[in-house]
Amino acid sequence: MEKFEKLTGIAAPLPLVNIDTDMIIPKQFLKTIKRSGLGVSLFQEMRYDRQGNENPDFVLNKPQYREAEILVTGDNFGCGSSREHAPWALKDFGIRTVIATSFADIFYNNCFKNGILPIILPQEAVDVLMQDAEKGSNARMIVDLEAQTVTSSDGEVFPFEVDSFKKHCLLNGLDDIGLTLEKASSIDAFETGIAQARPWV
Amino acid sequence: MSPKTLYDKIWDAHVVQQDEDGTCLLYIDRHLVHEVTSPQAFEGLRMAGRKVHAPDRTIAVPDHNVPTTAGRENPDQMPEDSRIQVAALDQNARDFGIHYYPVDDIRQGIVHIVGPEQGWTLPGMTVVCGDSHTATHGAFGALAHGIGTSEVEHVLATQTLIQKKSKNMKVEITGKLRPGVTAKDITLSVIGATGTAGGTGYVIEYCGEAIRDLSMEGRMTVCNMAIEGGARAGLIAPDETTFEYVRGRPHAPKGAQWEAALDWWKTLYSDDDAHWDKVVTIKGEDIAPLVTWGTSPEDVLPITGEVPDPASFSGGKVEAARRSLEYMGLTPGQKLSDIEVDTVFIGSCTNGRIEDLRAAAAILKGKKVKDGMRAMVVPGSGLVRAQAEEEGLADIFREAGFEWRMAGCSMCLAMNPDQLSEGERCASTSNRNFEGRQGYKGRTHLVSPAMAAAAAVTGKLTDVREMI
Ligand code: SF4
Repeated sequence: MEKFEKLTGIAAPLPLVNIDTDMIIPKQFLKTIKRSGLGVSLFQEMRYDRQGNENPDFVLNKPQYREAEILVTGDNFGCGSSREHAPWALKDFGIRTVIATSFADIFYNNCFKNGILPIILPQEAVDVLMQDAEKGSNARMIVDLEAQTVTSSDGEVFPFEVDSFKKHCLLNGLDDIGLTLEKASSIDAFETGIAQARPWV
Repeated sequence: MSPKTLYDKIWDAHVVQQDEDGTCLLYIDRHLVHEVTSPQAFEGLRMAGRKVHAPDRTIAVPDHNVPTTAGRENPDQMPEDSRIQVAALDQNARDFGIHYYPVDDIRQGIVHIVGPEQGWTLPGMTVVCGDSHTATHGAFGALAHGIGTSEVEHVLATQTLIQKKSKNMKVEITGKLRPGVTAKDITLSVIGATGTAGGTGYVIEYCGEAIRDLSMEGRMTVCNMAIEGGARAGLIAPDETTFEYVRGRPHAPKGAQWEAALDWWKTLYSDDDAHWDKVVTIKGEDIAPLVTWGTSPEDVLPITGEVPDPASFSGGKVEAARRSLEYMGLTPGQKLSDIEVDTVFIGSCTNGRIEDLRAAAAILKGKKVKDGMRAMVVPGSGLVRAQAEEEGLADIFREAGFEWRMAGCSMCLAMNPDQLSEGERCASTSNRNFEGRQGYKGRTHLVSPAMAAAAAVTGKLTDVREMI
């Protein structure tokens, strides 16, 4: 997995609540058996019209946000289905950090598996960063995972919480299957235990 | 010993290892797999030269992207991209030696209907699937939740998940339900009360008399939509209703093992003085038949209500509600029972079981679908379909003017050709009314099966209580 340490980038404002995974990547793109190539379809129904022409009003179609690496958005981002295609599409587009007041659980976990850092901040902080993001491409935010801070283009610093294990894996780009397989003997012992205690399982 | 919740008990029984910061390696008893979220996971295994750790605990069935038309087992009938995903699952099931129900097997169906039906899902288990509605299995007192594809790969390779424990929420539905009110209305009313993010960070246990009174199928409907309230999982403590349902299923324990299992299952309840981080109580008699008016499952009101004014909300919800109404083509103040629908969809893992079909057929018997409407029933599994035919329900649906389809997810997520067209309005028994969920610019109103049947007869959202 790709590491995430520190990022200085353009932030795009998307001030909508409850953005669900169908909005992030509609189901017709779930027919792929690959992980790559989903970036062009990110936010498909908001980003293009039925003929595939870009909607000029959608934030990621505006010239100043085409290179955005940070998304600042509303409550409960990523609700809905478990599709990992949602973080795959964000990543493929180039988004490495999403900032919101809250995230849906499965989406939040899926981000960490794909080198994306989801950041939860209080409403007041998100409001400030949303305004900052409105400034366009000259305003670059700094996201520092090691220090656990987001710094606005004005230099205002917002600390955030992140689970220590998830942080460790993301900073080092660790494959957690590999890590778990190092514990194979514990898993085997556990299986021997349940074969006794709950043989019907 | 300190008192525990049901969630605590199941969790504790599955911890392989716990780190100092509380991160656990959790053992997974059942892993359900379908064609849409698994190909990349199997590919990952192959690339790393890994095997499936416990093929015997891994069960696969294609459901999301399969056609629901007759003759579909002929691959030429499938659209190219469906065929590729189904063929990939066929191949992966064979190569890795996991349990498999292919498209032409009568036991094929929606993964969350097949698991319980075949007795794979049992009380006290941990169950995961690369699908958010895995919460359904919580109806058995199993800790069940959806995972992403990376985690599917992790479970395939190790039979474990890296997890931190969630908080405990108790949702109590007291007293009795009124006539015409169903499990679907219970689960929608909970989401209406807590909001779609109200359950985030929690595992919900549903309890109370109205929950106890539900059949297993009703309980599955309730737990199914726990995820729509943002919860990691929904649970209902197992009882005699659960044991009766499980007994004799193909993969349920038999003989002495059954007795041993039963002894343990009977200990699976929340202790009286267990700690809850949050408690929500709803009176069963206060719940009315519900419909959704917007594009989030929390946008729910009694059928007797009116489309709300976005200005009546606060914060980001004002803009969201305004956008919803524009998308849904509705005006504030409009009576919900005046909203005309073009289509009725009965099916999905929320409401595609035999009792759902019985409830809809009871309303439809001797009646006709309103002229010009499209109405479709998609049974949740081949076995549900066969039983409905045997009970004469299929005839009632067909005579009323419904299409009688093969099992699958169908118009619940509209990956296959079963889709709404632009602006088409649907009364649907599924679980998500998101923008575009049932087809590009399609408009979805979530309802119970009985309410869906009533809408099919009158051509508009209808209070089913007027028809019983
Ligand atoms: S029926 Fe709908 S919600 Fe259920 S598994 Fe299929 S697509 Fe998901």
